[in-house]
Amino acid sequence: MTQNAEHVLDHLELFKGQEYQQMLANKRALFECPHDPAEVERIREWSKTPEYREKNFAREALTVNPAKACQPLGAVFVSAGFEGTLPFVHGSQGCVAYYRSHLSRHFKEPSSCVSSSMTEDAAVFGGLNNMIDGLANSYNMYKPKMIAVSTTCMAEVIGDDLNAFIKTAKEKGSVPAEFDVPFAHTPAFVGSHVNGYDHALKGILEHFWDGKAGSAPKLERKQNGKINVIGGFDGYTVGNLREIKRILELMEIEYTILGDNSDVFDTPTDGEFRMYGGGTSLHDAANAVHAKATISMQQYCTEKTLPFVEDHGHKILAFNYPLGVGATDDFLMALSRITGKPIPKALEQERGRLVDAIADSSSHIHGKKFAIYGDPDLCYGLAAFLLELGAEPTHVLSTNGGKAWEEKMRTLFASSPFGQNCHVYPGKDLWHMRSLLFTEPVDFLIGNTYGKYLERDTGTPLIRIGFPIFDRHHHHRYPVWGYQGGINVLVKILDKIFDEIDKHTNIAGKTDYSFDIVR
Amino acid sequence: MTQATSQSAAEIKARNKQLIQEVLKVYPEKTAKRRAKHLNVHEAGKSDCGVKSNLKSIPGVMTIRGCAYAGSKGVVWGPIKDMVHLSHGPVGCGQYSWGSRRNYYVGTTGIDTFVTMQFTSDFQEKDIVFGGDKKLVKIIDEIHELFPLNHGLTIQSECPIGLIGDDIEAVSRSKSKEYNGKTIVPVRCEGFRGVSQSLGHHIANDAVRDWIFDKIAPDKAPSFESTPYDVAIIGDYNIGGDAWSSRILLEEMGLRVIAQWSGDGSLAELEATPKAKLNILHCYRSMNYISRHMEEKFGIPWCEYNFFGPSKIAESLRKIATYFDDKIKEGAERVIAKYQPLMDAVIAKYRPRLEGKTVMLFVGGLRPRHVIGAYEDLGMEVVGTGYEFGHNDDYQRTAQRYVKDGTLIYDDVTGYEFERFVEKIQPDLVGSGIKEKYVFQKMGVPFRQMHSWDYSGPYHGYDGFAIFARDMDMAINSPVWKMTKAPWTNSPQPTLMAAE
Repeated sequence: MTQNAEHVLDHLELFKGQEYQQMLANKRALFECPHDPAEVERIREWSKTPEYREKNFAREALTVNPAKACQPLGAVFVSAGFEGTLPFVHGSQGCVAYYRSHLSRHFKEPSSCVSSSMTEDAAVFGGLNNMIDGLANSYNMYKPKMIAVSTTCMAEVIGDDLNAFIKTAKEKGSVPAEFDVPFAHTPAFVGSHVNGYDHALKGILEHFWDGKAGSAPKLERKQNGKINVIGGFDGYTVGNLREIKRILELMEIEYTILGDNSDVFDTPTDGEFRMYGGGTSLHDAANAVHAKATISMQQYCTEKTLPFVEDHGHKILAFNYPLGVGATDDFLMALSRITGKPIPKALEQERGRLVDAIADSSSHIHGKKFAIYGDPDLCYGLAAFLLELGAEPTHVLSTNGGKAWEEKMRTLFASSPFGQNCHVYPGKDLWHMRSLLFTEPVDFLIGNTYGKYLERDTGTPLIRIGFPIFDRHHHHRYPVWGYQGGINVLVKILDKIFDEIDKHTNIAGKTDYSFDIVR
Repeated sequence: MTQATSQSAAEIKARNKQLIQEVLKVYPEKTAKRRAKHLNVHEAGKSDCGVKSNLKSIPGVMTIRGCAYAGSKGVVWGPIKDMVHLSHGPVGCGQYSWGSRRNYYVGTTGIDTFVTMQFTSDFQEKDIVFGGDKKLVKIIDEIHELFPLNHGLTIQSECPIGLIGDDIEAVSRSKSKEYNGKTIVPVRCEGFRGVSQSLGHHIANDAVRDWIFDKIAPDKAPSFESTPYDVAIIGDYNIGGDAWSSRILLEEMGLRVIAQWSGDGSLAELEATPKAKLNILHCYRSMNYISRHMEEKFGIPWCEYNFFGPSKIAESLRKIATYFDDKIKEGAERVIAKYQPLMDAVIAKYRPRLEGKTVMLFVGGLRPRHVIGAYEDLGMEVVGTGYEFGHNDDYQRTAQRYVKDGTLIYDDVTGYEFERFVEKIQPDLVGSGIKEKYVFQKMGVPFRQMHSWDYSGPYHGYDGFAIFARDMDMAINSPVWKMTKAPWTNSPQPTLMAAE
């Protein structure tokens, strides 16, 4: 017997014991009808070959291990970033259980969201009654200041009309006529979570700025000097938005973060559960129409929102997950240009510290090859930073990246001598990445938690940057934007590089001549 | 046993009844009327818990439930390791359920084993408009080419499939024929069907019946020689290795486990199960259907068991043994005796730290009752429990065999109700899921996830009980709970305050 009370063994150790190993071997041999181990080995080796890669890349219909989620996840994420807002997803209830779990597993935080719980009868007759009852229940139970509605694919397939449904629900008294219920159609079979973010945010702004679905006069824009900032769908929203606010405050710029979920996904444990912790106030969301300019930190999360904002007279500006020296320079200079405020010495010093850190360490990164996958903006930002570090972002893959993104990545590669042998893979998945890593190996892989399967299969060390990160804790609390964020990312990369060097030089009496104490 | 310390059973009953009336006040009248039927205070001696169950969730209340797809792909089919399970429809469902359930298995993932992979048809608008059957045909070909060692395929329908009128059965039949009778199982588990995961379990069970059992050639040679002691483990998903720490006990008592449903299971095991002498059923809720079918069609008896905590394990081992001869009965006694010292040591170590602590549970379809004995073995007391997707027969079993007089019962609890109940009852521990975990921890209440074992486990069997005890102690007696209030704040502590 392996188990003992003094030192309790769980799954990490328990099954390594002889009794369990024997039991599992017997199970396999007698009952599982397994393939011949030699055949398994043959196929495993074949799956590493260029021949397999060719077949793999010839796939037209099957997706394996994609790096994207569906629209409503992004809608729930951004809606939660407004004061007292309850995200409400119209359609099947299981979807909402999934979004909540997904966000909670990443942020290690509660995620409040309701569903209209449509079932078979609603599929036949439409979900109007679910909307009427659902809004009334949510409003009474959870006392939100706003309910932001989006849709699952079920409601989209049967063609439920949110605008009409919400109107009817209000007429039936589900919520008061003046209560804010912005909405967005977010079909899961179009785009990905980044588009859901975009549509939901646009829906909310449209609601406040353009007359609350015909129930109020449109706001008349009286331009003030303020700047709106949109973070986009971001696993680092907690650290990043706080960093952006710190920078804006250092520059003495008046601002509104639209969809500020930095406090929502980081509430204290002090005896009280805050269902609505923080968020952009509804007052600020409405008054954001008067801003001088609106800046998106992630172009591909705001493809619909930014033109809408521009139509309201704002200057608009989109970044691609600005990370590192040059991208932060551009961001700060743009802020300065738009507002006329100078970039303060404090930020210049921070810049110098990031450059200092790069100078100290770049010899360990220079020339290293990286594979990156994730959302299109994140991939762009990371690739740009790696080029600054003299590294090569050899494979850059985004399941939800499209043609325009592909072009943009090519332009970025062309801008640097380190980008000459780099390739971009829009619309591909992690099974494609597996083939890339086998046939054109790189030194490191950057991606989300699911990259650990690639690390296991191909031996490429994984640096966890992206969404979701389920198996490491608290990294979302640290910014990756701004100069400070650049240092955080640099350190993440360096830590992995040094760990790998140590791992490969620690055999006593054999390789440990390079097991250096100073690196 | 601990109620007497502060409140009498009558007082607790009165408080719980009042609590139910209080939470109902928040609802609009129609909703309050519906929810009232799902909340009750258990009366000792009653044959069920006095609540309605397996009814539609009410829109907008923040139900904890999932859907039929989750019940089929996520629970029943997903763990079958040598088959490819295609999430058929848009990308999300497969993405959110990818790898998070911790169904352990042994195999070379991506080559002969596929559990922790996300195969999806990633439906686009054109697939919705023109139908997805052609895409499905191509997908099956591509899987065949790139994953040649797969033993079969299941098609797990997401919501749109049933709405756009795709004929996945026809595609399955024709592709199976094309590939020499390859097992291809279409599953109609669209998320809008039924009221929870539960119908998905049933649909998945029926799919095994129709597309596996009914397609086994009658002249197919058995791959092993039968023995009188062959049993199948049904309804154990091997979360954190649960089925393994169960299997080892069954084998030690002299039985031979010929199949695991479905944790670390394989197609061959599913196909071999009709040869079992006894089906032993852990998760009754999700697999009673196929057990009943095998009883009717193949004459295999089935017996429920409970491998949480030494009391229930011993009871279960003896119960299982009654289906066999003295050799097995002696084997059961031998196993119980073998592990007695370990159990004594575990209880000696942890019971003093946990004695008298109270627990509130809200889990799926089995654990709201099954784990109660394990808590009681540690001197703890379950003061509230409820099922996400239990049926009346679950509440009957709960009432007749598990809960005590005065226990608060909440079926398909809403977020609001659960917070209020915990706020008022102030248990020492809440056991529920990931969506609930951080809510209660913010309130300062120790919490364990009782679906995923909070990334620990196994909890089944004797080996598992040691881990269960350690984990409950770790949760309740963590020093963190003493730090939730800053020492300089003098205002009376608003303990366990739920959200507005």
